[in-house]
Amino acid sequence: MGEPSEQLRIPQRESGKEQYLNSNELEYQEKLAEACGVSLEKRILAFNLQPPSSQKDDLRQLYNQPMKLSTIQFKRRILTSPERVLDAPGLLDDYYLNLLDWSIKNMVAIGLDQCVYIWNADTGGVTSLERTNPSDYIASLSWSYNGDYLAVGTSDGDIQIWDVLKEQKIRSMLGHTARVGVITWNKHIISSGCKDGNIWHHDTRVAQHKVAELIDHTSEVCGLKWNSNGDQLASGGNDNRVNIWDARASTPRLTKNNHVAAVKALAWCPWQSHILASGGGSYDRHIHFWNVSSGARVKSIDTGSQVTSIIWSKDFKELLSTHGFPNHNMTIWSYPTLNKTADIPAHESRILHSTISPDNQVVATAASDENLKFWRVFQNARKNEKSKNSDKENTGSVFGGCTIR
Amino acid sequence: MSFETKNIRENISLKGSTKIVVEFFEFALNSILFQRAIYPPEDFKMVKKYGLNVLVTIDDSLKSYLKKLLTQVEVWINAGKISKLILAIMNVENREILERWQFDIQIIDEENKENKGPGGGKKQRTDQEIKNEIQAIIRQITASVTFLPVLEDECTFNILAFTDKDAEVPAEWDDSDPLIIQNPEYVRLRSFSTKNHKVDAIVSYRLGFYDDPKR
Repeated sequence: MGEPSEQLRIPQRESGKEQYLNSNELEYQEKLAEACGVSLEKRILAFNLQPPSSQKDDLRQLYNQPMKLSTIQFKRRILTSPERVLDAPGLLDDYYLNLLDWSIKNMVAIGLDQCVYIWNADTGGVTSLERTNPSDYIASLSWSYNGDYLAVGTSDGDIQIWDVLKEQKIRSMLGHTARVGVITWNKHIISSGCKDGNIWHHDTRVAQHKVAELIDHTSEVCGLKWNSNGDQLASGGNDNRVNIWDARASTPRLTKNNHVAAVKALAWCPWQSHILASGGGSYDRHIHFWNVSSGARVKSIDTGSQVTSIIWSKDFKELLSTHGFPNHNMTIWSYPTLNKTADIPAHESRILHSTISPDNQVVATAASDENLKFWRVFQNARKNEKSKNSDKENTGSVFGGCTIR
Repeated sequence: MSFETKNIRENISLKGSTKIVVEFFEFALNSILFQRAIYPPEDFKMVKKYGLNVLVTIDDSLKSYLKKLLTQVEVWINAGKISKLILAIMNVENREILERWQFDIQIIDEENKENKGPGGGKKQRTDQEIKNEIQAIIRQITASVTFLPVLEDECTFNILAFTDKDAEVPAEWDDSDPLIIQNPEYVRLRSFSTKNHKVDAIVSYRLGFYDDPKR
C-alpha cells in the first residue's frame, strides 16, 4: 500500500497519537458494526430525489450528438408517402366532429355529410348505410369493440346503432338536444359527448338507455376516450378543459385547465396505462402528457400547429399526432424522449381525423382537402412475416397483412 | 443560573453549532462535486469562504437540490438524530459505487466530558480555530484529486444519511443499503469540532486502478 494516499494521512494533533486506521481495520469495524446489529437502532436513509443531470449544459455533448452512432442506429425508416389515397367528397370541415373509425374487422367507416360509407380494407369494396331521414348530418361515429355494430351520432342529437352485416338500423337512442360530436364504446356502454357540454352513458341493452349523465364541461365536448381497462374516461371540450372520470362517478376525478384552446385529441398510452396524452387547438398547439394516477403533468411539447388527433403505436414506443393550421402535417414522436422521429407533410389542408388499423401498422387520415389517405408508418416487418406465413394466399391484396381473425 | 436559562443558553449554542456544521456540508459537497467533475466547471463560481477560494454551483436545479437536502440535515442535527452523512459517487450506467465521502457527526457530550479520554474535554473553541480546522478539510478535498482515481465515465451521486430509528423522516427520504464499495481504499481526512459537534471525514474509493501486474 505504498500509494500516494499515504501522504494525506495526517495524524490528529490534539490527541497526540495517530488516530487513523488502516483500511483493514476500518472495514472490519464497519462490518462488525453491521453484524452486531447497530443497524437495528439506526436507519440508513437515501435522499430519493435525483440530482440534476450534468449533461444539459455540456456544449461538447450537444454538438457531438449528430456524430454519435447510437442516435442513427435507432432511427427507423418511415415511409413518408401514402400507401393509398381515397376520395372523401363532402367531408365536413369541422374540427368538433369525429367522422373516421377503423374496426377490428378491418372496415373503415367515414361520415360524409349525410351519409356513412364503409370501406372494406380487405377487399376494397364500399357499402353505404341506407339512411331514411336525410335532414341531419353525421357528427360522429364509432365501431363497437367486436366490429359488428357501428354507432352514429347525428347533428340533431340522435344516436343510432347499425348492424353493418345486415345494413340496417337496430335502434335509435334519442335524448340529446344538440348535436353529438363524439361517441365511444366501452363494452355495451356508449358514451356520447354533446354540444351542450354534457356527456351521457347509454346502456345499449336496455330500453331506458341513459344510465349516467356527466356534467362538468361548459361547452361542446369533442374528445372522448376510454382507457384500455374501461374504468376511466378522458374527455376534452371547447371549454379548454380535460376531465378524467371514473367509470361509475358522475363528477370528474381530475380536471386539467392547462390547455388554452379546445381539446379534441386524447389518447391513452398502451404500455403505461396511467399516461394520457391530450392535444389542444389552434391557439394552444401543445400536447400535454398526464399521469392520471397522480394528476401530474409529466411532459409537454409545443407542436407548432393545431392538434387534431393523437394515436399511440402499440409496437413502437412512439405516438403520432395530426395537425391543422398552419402546417397541416403529421408528426411521429418517440416517447418519452419526445424527439421527432418523422414529420410528414400529409395533406394540403388541415387533417381532421385519424384512425389506426387493427394490426397497428397503417394510419388513415381524413382532411378537409376531401382526401382519405393511408400511411404505413408503423410497419412491423416481423409481424408481417408471421401473418404472411400463416395466410399465404392473401399476399396479392395491398392490405394482405391486415387480416385479423 | 436557573435551570431554565441554562437550557436556553445550551439551545442557542446548539443552534449555532448546527449552523456551522450545515454550512460546512454545503461547501464540502459543492467542492466535491466540482473537484470530482460531477458537474461541468462552468456551472460553478468562486466565493471567498474560510479564508479560501471555494467553488459553489450556480446551477439553479442543483442549488435547490442541495438546499432541500441540507434543510432536512439541519433538522436532524438539531434533534441529534443523525450520525453520518454520505455522498456516494456512482457510474450513471451501471450504478456502481466508485467513491464514497463519509462525514461522521458526533455530539460532544458536555456533561460527561470528564469521563472521556483526552480528546473529550476540550476547552472553549474560538471561531478562528473552527474556521482553520474547516479550512484544512476543504484544502484536503481540493488536494484529493491528486490521489483519487480519475472518474472516466459519466457519474452521478447519491446522498445517504444514517439516522436514529426514531428520527422523523420526510417523504423525500427512503430506506437504503449503505452503498459500500467492495474492497475499498480509505483515506481519513481531518476533522473539526465546534462546541457541540465533532465532524470526521473519510473518503473511500475503489481499488484496482493502480494495479500493475509487473510490479
